[in-house]
Amino acid sequence: MFPASFDYRVAESIDEAISLYQSADGEARYLAGGHSLIPAMKLRLARPSRLIDIRPIEQLRYIRVGDDGAVHIGSLTTHAEIAASDVIAQHAPLLAQAAKVIGDVQVRNMGTIGGSLAHNDPGADYPAAVLALEATITVQGPNGTRHIAATDFLKDMYETALEPGEIIVDVAIPSYSGWKSTYVKFFHPASRYAVVGIAILANADGNQVQDIRIAYNGVASCAFRDTAAENALKGKAATDATIAEAANAALNGVDVLSDHFASAEFRKHIGRVYLKRALQGLFAG
Amino acid sequence: MGVPIKVTVNSRQYEAEVDPRMLLVHFLRDVLDLTGTHVGCDTSSCGACTVILNGKAVKSCTLLAVQADGAEILTVEGLEQNGKLHPIQEGFREEHGLQCGFCTPGMIMTAYDLLQRNPNPSEAEIRHALEGNFCRCTGYQNIVKAVQYAAAKMSS
Repeated sequence: MFPASFDYRVAESIDEAISLYQSADGEARYLAGGHSLIPAMKLRLARPSRLIDIRPIEQLRYIRVGDDGAVHIGSLTTHAEIAASDVIAQHAPLLAQAAKVIGDVQVRNMGTIGGSLAHNDPGADYPAAVLALEATITVQGPNGTRHIAATDFLKDMYETALEPGEIIVDVAIPSYSGWKSTYVKFFHPASRYAVVGIAILANADGNQVQDIRIAYNGVASCAFRDTAAENALKGKAATDATIAEAANAALNGVDVLSDHFASAEFRKHIGRVYLKRALQGLFAG
Repeated sequence: MGVPIKVTVNSRQYEAEVDPRMLLVHFLRDVLDLTGTHVGCDTSSCGACTVILNGKAVKSCTLLAVQADGAEILTVEGLEQNGKLHPIQEGFREEHGLQCGFCTPGMIMTAYDLLQRNPNPSEAEIRHALEGNFCRCTGYQNIVKAVQYAAAKMSS
C-alpha cells in the first residue's frame, strides 16, 4: 500500500508552513510524525494534494517550565520524549503515564503530541490525559494565535477546534506536583489503540479526596470527563464503598462505541471494572 | 515530480530522486536492494519493517522516504561486521529465536534499539520493548532468550 500522489513541501518555520498551506491547490495537510496521517493516506482515507512536512521546525520541539509555572510542550515532541522527561515526571506524570502505553516503541519514537491531538482518534491515549490535566492547546494559523482549553479543542471523532491552516504549536499543563495520577488501558491486541483508556488525577491527603478528575477515551466517539464518577469521590474518603459508587456512576448516559472487537456492553463493563481497579490501586496504602 | 534525498544507510551514502509517496521500506528494498527489511502487515502493527533511524527504532512502512532525507539509517544488513555476526544475530541463532524468520530482522532491530538504551534489561523490559514486533511462529520465549544472550555477550 502507498498513498495517492501529492505535492511534498518542507517547512523550516511556522510562517513558512502556513504560507505553503495557503498557496496549495486543493487540500493541504501538515505532516508531523505521520503515524496517524500516513496510515490514513495509505488506506486512501486521506488524500491531501499537498503535504507540508513540519518536522524540521526545531522551535516546536521542547519541554520546559514557563514563567507561568506551567509545563509547556512543543507540538513536535514525541511520545518517547514525553515518556522519558524528568520535567513531565515531576509536574504532570499523568501525561507520561499515557505516553508510555501509546502504540509501541517504534510508534512512540515517531508520533508527536501535536499530531495525536490534531487527529483526535477516539482510541488515542492523550485526549483523556489532557482533559484531566485541563491543558491549554495553543494553535497558530493564518489569522494569528489562539489558546484553546482541551475540553473545547477536542470536539468529536477526528474533529477538533482547528481551523483550516492552523497548526498546534504548544500544549500547556499547569503543575500538578504532589497529585496522584494513573492511566489505565485495555488495549486492542493488534493495533494497541485504547478500547478503554482512563486518566485519573487526584489531589488527596491520604484517602481524603479534595479534587479528582476522571476522563475516558476509547469508550465514546470523543474523550470526555466523567463528572458523575468524579462527584462520587470529590470531597469524600476513597473507600471500597465510595470507589464502587464512582464505578457504578461512571459511563451513565454515555453513547458507547461498538465495533467488531468490543460491543458497547463489553466496553461499558470494562470501563467500570478498570475504573474501580485503577481507583483501588491509586488509593491503596 | 521526484524529490532529491540524501541518506546514509549502513554507513554508505546514497543520493536518489524519489516519488514523495514512496515509503521508506520500499526505498530500502526496491531502490537500494536491501531486502533484509521486510514488509509484513503494512499497517504499522507487526514491526517486520523496523529499522534504526537516527538512532531510534521506527517502522519503515509508516515513513515516507522523503522524511528520511539527511538521516542515518541502520538496517539488519548493517549489523554484521567483517563477516562476524552481531551479538543479537548470534543470539537468535544460538537460542533458536526464529522459525520461519520473517519477523526476525524487525525483532533484531528493535532489540538493538533496546540494548542501546538499556544494556541490561529484565525479561519484562525485553517483552515490553518487543510489543511492536509480532512473531507468529515461536511464542516469543526463545526471542526473549536471544535478546538476553545478546545483552550478556555485549556487556562482557
